[in-house]
Amino acid sequence: MISVDNAYIVQYLKSHFEKEILNIEEPYGFLTIEVKKEGLIALLVAIKNDSVLQMNFLTDLCGVHYPESPNRELAVVYHLHSFINNVRLRLKVFIPAADPQIPSATTVFDTANWMERETFDFYGILFLGHPNLKRILNVDDMDYHPLLKQYRLEDGTRTDKVDSFFGR
Amino acid sequence: MSQSLEKIAKESISGELTTLNLGPTHPATHGIFQNVLQMDGEKIHSAEQTIGYIHRAFEKLAERRPFNQITPITDRLNYCSSPINNMGWHMTMEKLLRIELPKRVEYMRVIIMELARIADHLVCNAVIGVDTGALTGFTYMFQEREHIYDMFEEVCGARLTTNIGRIGGFERDFNPIFHQKLQKFLKEFPARFQEFADLLERNRIFMDRTIKCGPISAQRALDYGFTGPNLRAAGVDYDVRVMNPYSSYQDFDFTIPVGTNGDTYDRFMVRQQEILESLKIIEQACNNLPEGDYKADVPEFYLPPKDKVYHNMEALIYHFKIVMGETNVPVGEVYHCVEGGNGELGYYLISDGGRTPYRLHFRRPCFIYYQAYPEMIKGSLLSDAILTMSSMNVIAGELDA
Repeated sequence: MISVDNAYIVQYLKSHFEKEILNIEEPYGFLTIEVKKEGLIALLVAIKNDSVLQMNFLTDLCGVHYPESPNRELAVVYHLHSFINNVRLRLKVFIPAADPQIPSATTVFDTANWMERETFDFYGILFLGHPNLKRILNVDDMDYHPLLKQYRLEDGTRTDKVDSFFGR
Repeated sequence: MSQSLEKIAKESISGELTTLNLGPTHPATHGIFQNVLQMDGEKIHSAEQTIGYIHRAFEKLAERRPFNQITPITDRLNYCSSPINNMGWHMTMEKLLRIELPKRVEYMRVIIMELARIADHLVCNAVIGVDTGALTGFTYMFQEREHIYDMFEEVCGARLTTNIGRIGGFERDFNPIFHQKLQKFLKEFPARFQEFADLLERNRIFMDRTIKCGPISAQRALDYGFTGPNLRAAGVDYDVRVMNPYSSYQDFDFTIPVGTNGDTYDRFMVRQQEILESLKIIEQACNNLPEGDYKADVPEFYLPPKDKVYHNMEALIYHFKIVMGETNVPVGEVYHCVEGGNGELGYYLISDGGRTPYRLHFRRPCFIYYQAYPEMIKGSLLSDAILTMSSMNVIAGELDA
């Protein structure tokens, strides 16, 4: 019986997807791997179907916006969980805001459907191959993607709540 | 209309499919969500959900709120079990800040969280009863839920949206009245609950109505990201409390009930059994409640008591710094999940060291499993669809965030 832990996953991915991996971290013990968007779906399929890893459960999928980092403005974060081995894995894909496209994970996990719709709704990320990519929480005729950092939460003319008060 | 729809329409008695809007404010849906159904007589041919009617942009709001002010937002996710949401959030922050809690706090949290789980399951199961035509059980179980809310009131002053506890522990210790009420509840509730169980569990009408109603297989449930009682009803024994124990759940002896068919009856029965398991956990936590402080020693994050603030310089400084968000937090990202009333409730927090989260994402179990609804009700009758929805325990607050 092979014990599957973070080191095992790293070794597995390094041997099978060496070219797709850009960065490996372990913040708070949670293995986080940045991968290229081209290899994402193949990687998801492989770790889901691998007889040892069995990353069978997509826990969560969400977007993040980093307006300050050029060509890496948008991130899509996948949280995966292997019920058999009880290990979790976080995958990150960075994409430029100018071309916010990424292949849809709905082909691998049915549950990605609404999660991707939500991410599209909030960040305008286009999931290629998604069966029904439209807004989900906001109204259909909304003309912007509200979680992008350039859209202020409050009235932009207020001076009592500028960013410097929020530690940045 | 697509060709297959036309074909079905031709075969139906009236020669056409009926479009039926179930919701957004239909009394039988127990919340504000809409389903556009294509009906062949009384049979559902296809369905499409529209959600977002009470979307309040929690994730955007959270990016503009100091960490302690996010707790009231979490109240309003699954408002049937707010304390679990509150404490899940506190634990996320404690993970980020690497705060070690006294054992007593963890046990106190377990007691509150399990009470919340009982309240959550009581509402859900009582409502399943109502939707099958049995109102009596509902009226009885709501009285029991009131007793749980009375206990919350003793701990935090609020009943429904509790905002209970703080980062680092509780704002006050359990008082003697709370313990008294808890003991009374532990003594009296099982008998009352047994009456409710006797009314429904082996009731022929109820069983005929719920067995094979809205089933889902274990594989499909996993594909759709089901967690919590709905997944366990399908036969997968995944429970965050056991898989990734938090708040000392590893100290307690309890079992995970599972079903086999993933239908409404199994979902009902899993929740029924979980209520009993929760009672067991509460009893153990209560009997072994460790001595100690009701909060961790983290003055940078835990608000000092008011009288200290008025008379002690140090406390005043900490109070000011906490309220103004002047304390540094580590840069980093954490994911923490707890077993909510409906399943794995996750918090994905990215901190850039600022006063507020850079990004906070809630993994809301309702939102994720509700997408399976059309598949579960396809081909069933409208009345079964209503029942399926109430047995999935879709809570609009958690669904829409």
